[in-house]
Amino acid sequence: MSNLVWLLASLALAIAPHLAHLPLWVGPLCLALGGWRLAVARGKAKLPNKGFLFGLTAAITAGILGNFHTLLGRDAGVALLVAMIALKLMEMKSPRDTMVLVFLSYFLVITGFLYSQSIPMALYLFVVVLVTTTTIIGYHDVNGGLGVRLRLRLAGSLLLQAVPLMLVLFVLFPRVPPLWGLPRDAHAGMTGLSDSMSPGTISQLIRSEATAFRVRFDGPPPPPNKRYWRGPVLWDYDGRSWSTRTPLGGAVAQIEPLGEALRYSLTLEPHDQRWLFALDLPVTLPPGSRAGGDMQILAQSPVQRRLRYSLVSHTDYRFGVALAASERQRALRLPADTNPRTLELARRWRSTHENPRAIVDAALDLFRNQDFTYTLSPPLLGQQAVDDFLFGTRRGFCEHYAGAFVFLMRAAGMPARVVTGYQGGEMNPLGDYLIVRQSDAHAWAEVWLPGQGWVRIDPTAAVSPDRVESGIAAALPEAELPLALTQLDIAWLQRMRMSWDLVNNNWNQWVLGYGQERQRGFLSSFHASLASWQGMIVTLGAGVAALLGAIALWMLWHVPRRGSDPVQAAYHTFCARLARRGITRSPHEGPADFALRAAHMRPDLAVQIDRITQLYIRLRYGRPPVAAGELRKAVRRFRP
Amino acid sequence: MAGFAQRLAMRAARPSRATSFLRQLLHPAPDATPVTLTQRRIYVLPTRPGLIFALMLGAMLLGSINYGNSMGFVLTFLLGSLALVSILHTWRNLAQLTISAGKGTAVFAGQDARFEICLDNPGSIARHAIGLRAGDVTGGFADVTPHQVACLTFTLPARQRGLLQAPSFTLFSTFPLGLFRAWTHLDLDMHCLVYPRPAPETLPLPWVKARTGPGFSHGAGHEDFIGLRTWHHGDSLRHVAWKAVAREQGMLAKQFSGEAQQDVWLDWDALAGMETEARLSRLARWVLDADAAAQRYGMRLPNRELAPGLGEKHRRQCLEALASFGL
Repeated sequence: MSNLVWLLASLALAIAPHLAHLPLWVGPLCLALGGWRLAVARGKAKLPNKGFLFGLTAAITAGILGNFHTLLGRDAGVALLVAMIALKLMEMKSPRDTMVLVFLSYFLVITGFLYSQSIPMALYLFVVVLVTTTTIIGYHDVNGGLGVRLRLRLAGSLLLQAVPLMLVLFVLFPRVPPLWGLPRDAHAGMTGLSDSMSPGTISQLIRSEATAFRVRFDGPPPPPNKRYWRGPVLWDYDGRSWSTRTPLGGAVAQIEPLGEALRYSLTLEPHDQRWLFALDLPVTLPPGSRAGGDMQILAQSPVQRRLRYSLVSHTDYRFGVALAASERQRALRLPADTNPRTLELARRWRSTHENPRAIVDAALDLFRNQDFTYTLSPPLLGQQAVDDFLFGTRRGFCEHYAGAFVFLMRAAGMPARVVTGYQGGEMNPLGDYLIVRQSDAHAWAEVWLPGQGWVRIDPTAAVSPDRVESGIAAALPEAELPLALTQLDIAWLQRMRMSWDLVNNNWNQWVLGYGQERQRGFLSSFHASLASWQGMIVTLGAGVAALLGAIALWMLWHVPRRGSDPVQAAYHTFCARLARRGITRSPHEGPADFALRAAHMRPDLAVQIDRITQLYIRLRYGRPPVAAGELRKAVRRFRP
Repeated sequence: MAGFAQRLAMRAARPSRATSFLRQLLHPAPDATPVTLTQRRIYVLPTRPGLIFALMLGAMLLGSINYGNSMGFVLTFLLGSLALVSILHTWRNLAQLTISAGKGTAVFAGQDARFEICLDNPGSIARHAIGLRAGDVTGGFADVTPHQVACLTFTLPARQRGLLQAPSFTLFSTFPLGLFRAWTHLDLDMHCLVYPRPAPETLPLPWVKARTGPGFSHGAGHEDFIGLRTWHHGDSLRHVAWKAVAREQGMLAKQFSGEAQQDVWLDWDALAGMETEARLSRLARWVLDADAAAQRYGMRLPNRELAPGLGEKHRRQCLEALASFGL
């Protein structure tokens, strides 16, 4: 009975983190079947018959097919597993069924890690493992001799003894690349920049506190206004959103560095997209990636696990001075017959300004001097989005300013494009690295100027210089700040946030990021032979054997061997000598009873028997214990 | 024994026929009691749930590799290590226990013989859920607290009079996780004396027949009730003092003074013409009846004579002589 409660509790704990992504009906189903099983155990209900179970199985399968349109993949698989576990409760009869259910509770824990591997989740799931282990112990404590506390303690000490072995296995088990393809939804639900930009896409992202990537600089970091992290470059405008339908091919752009080189390593959180981020503008590429003429770096496949790469960038540079005809054409293209007022304004500027640079300044002056407002909640725009924004609402976020600016430039006959990515980032003084969050997402423009090549222009900086100098939290009016970004000025809270991020960063780098590359690097720093899988396996075997041996020795310490206890040995000798004279102590017989019987049978030995027995009882049960020497001497002299 | 060995071979958790044979070579004779379970005597193998668990760990490892999921690796390795550590715990649950044969009580043929196995825990660690199995017979599970003794019993039907040798038996434990089974096979020199089955019908005692004819029944007049004594297996139910039972004083038997103070002889030769076992049964019945009647009796067997006497010890000696007759 109490075993069943423990089993249900451990299953419930293991299922709980899944409730968020399970179909709504699965949770109540589990509760109902669990309650039913409990009622059966209390004799208040009966187990369902085979027909009912078959029907329920079919209904559950159909329900999951209805929700996911498949039974495969991560989400559908977990939903099916949870529902089938609940069903299995209904036909749990033999002890083996029970054990399988307990094991499935462990299995649910690993499926939990497919969704989150954060520290709090890991701690929670460790508790689930502890409870499940306690459940197993309960089922094998047949006589119920252990109370709940002792079972928990035993489970805890078993797990504690397992931890060093687990560490050896974790560090030394050779990591290999995936053996086969993963289901398509394996990495669903990641946040990050998308491959298109329309009003609202970036301001949505601002609300997320999630980390985009972390950067560790070899030297001092660049000043905040130079921290532009280049991401997707958007070329094509359809009147509503900016995107890049086909990536710009061609050779990597010719870059002429002007300032100091900055070396850094960047750890990118998985975002399930191919692009990689780099400080504007990188002169090297991460291994296995490529970049076109617009310096948008693309990985070979979507980034589905944390990726760490080292780069060299220059914040002062000149690039793309020679512009190919096709590239120029693409950088000037606009949808026909849209935003007539903007086109008119641009045509006017073109006729009044000789210098292309002057046109750029005119546009920035427009943003700076008219009543434009930087806001997270701009009003909706109509069909002529740019016209509405420039001449109507004048309230917008970085995507509005970047988009309108590039539109204006193209209308004025100047090649231009939108660049999205992140701007800024927060230094963690405790760990000396820069955290770039989703809330640092940003969009800016690049204009091609003759002789200067592609030049970065950030129109948002014209409206709200604070955005670029001090970050998003300083640039937005307080009332508009997302909850996560407020209260930043409370010092201790800020400090805690930084400590927590540092812990998380180390966790990501050393635990979650412990893959093939890290393992080789880490192990070969100890010994060269450890870099090969053969070396790892041999060391692994030796380590596990040594640890098991140590644990075995430590455990045996508590089990004295016969003869190792001098008092016990002496008493054994005494009993053996009496046995040789036909007086055998039976296992039930306490020493005192035995002495009485023996003395009765051999009155001539009574004094000796009594003395030895008294000494033995005092030595074994007396407090404080007395020395064993006297007993041993008395037994040595005892010759019946 | 062959059938037993076959069953052993079929179970993954038991020694194979080969190891069983090896054990026979190593320990041909019954173990001298008490036996201390040393490393050499304890075997450990995975149980069937343990194999299922291993399969699950394999699946978890594949999943972790494929998803590149570090916490998946952590969990898989933690559970694997847990299983490894549990081997030691399961093994230690039996290690260094001292096993001895417990008190045996003689029974009559047709009754169940009880064998008691006592487990002495010399260490300061409690042992849990140690099970006993002898062939198809299970003997329950025992917990042994530190420095204490706990006993397990199993029963076997005693079909024949004589000495019933206890079969070899297995002590096993899957505690704490049930993934592994530690066991030891023991063959203690342990037996139970089986008295002949008392003849069912109550025939008159031989001397009564000689003097007064059918007697020894309620209401015959000349027997005086002299008191109560504890009822033993084999006593006639007719002598149970049912009133005492109703008063919850336990099973007591009435004692009568029949032919007071006259010794009788229960004589093998008086039953000439009967088969040996039938004679022994008859004699056993007379021993019980005479004892119940508190009548001093002696017994004559072809090879042995027991002088008249009365009491628990005399009764036991007579029954023992019958049990071991001709063996």
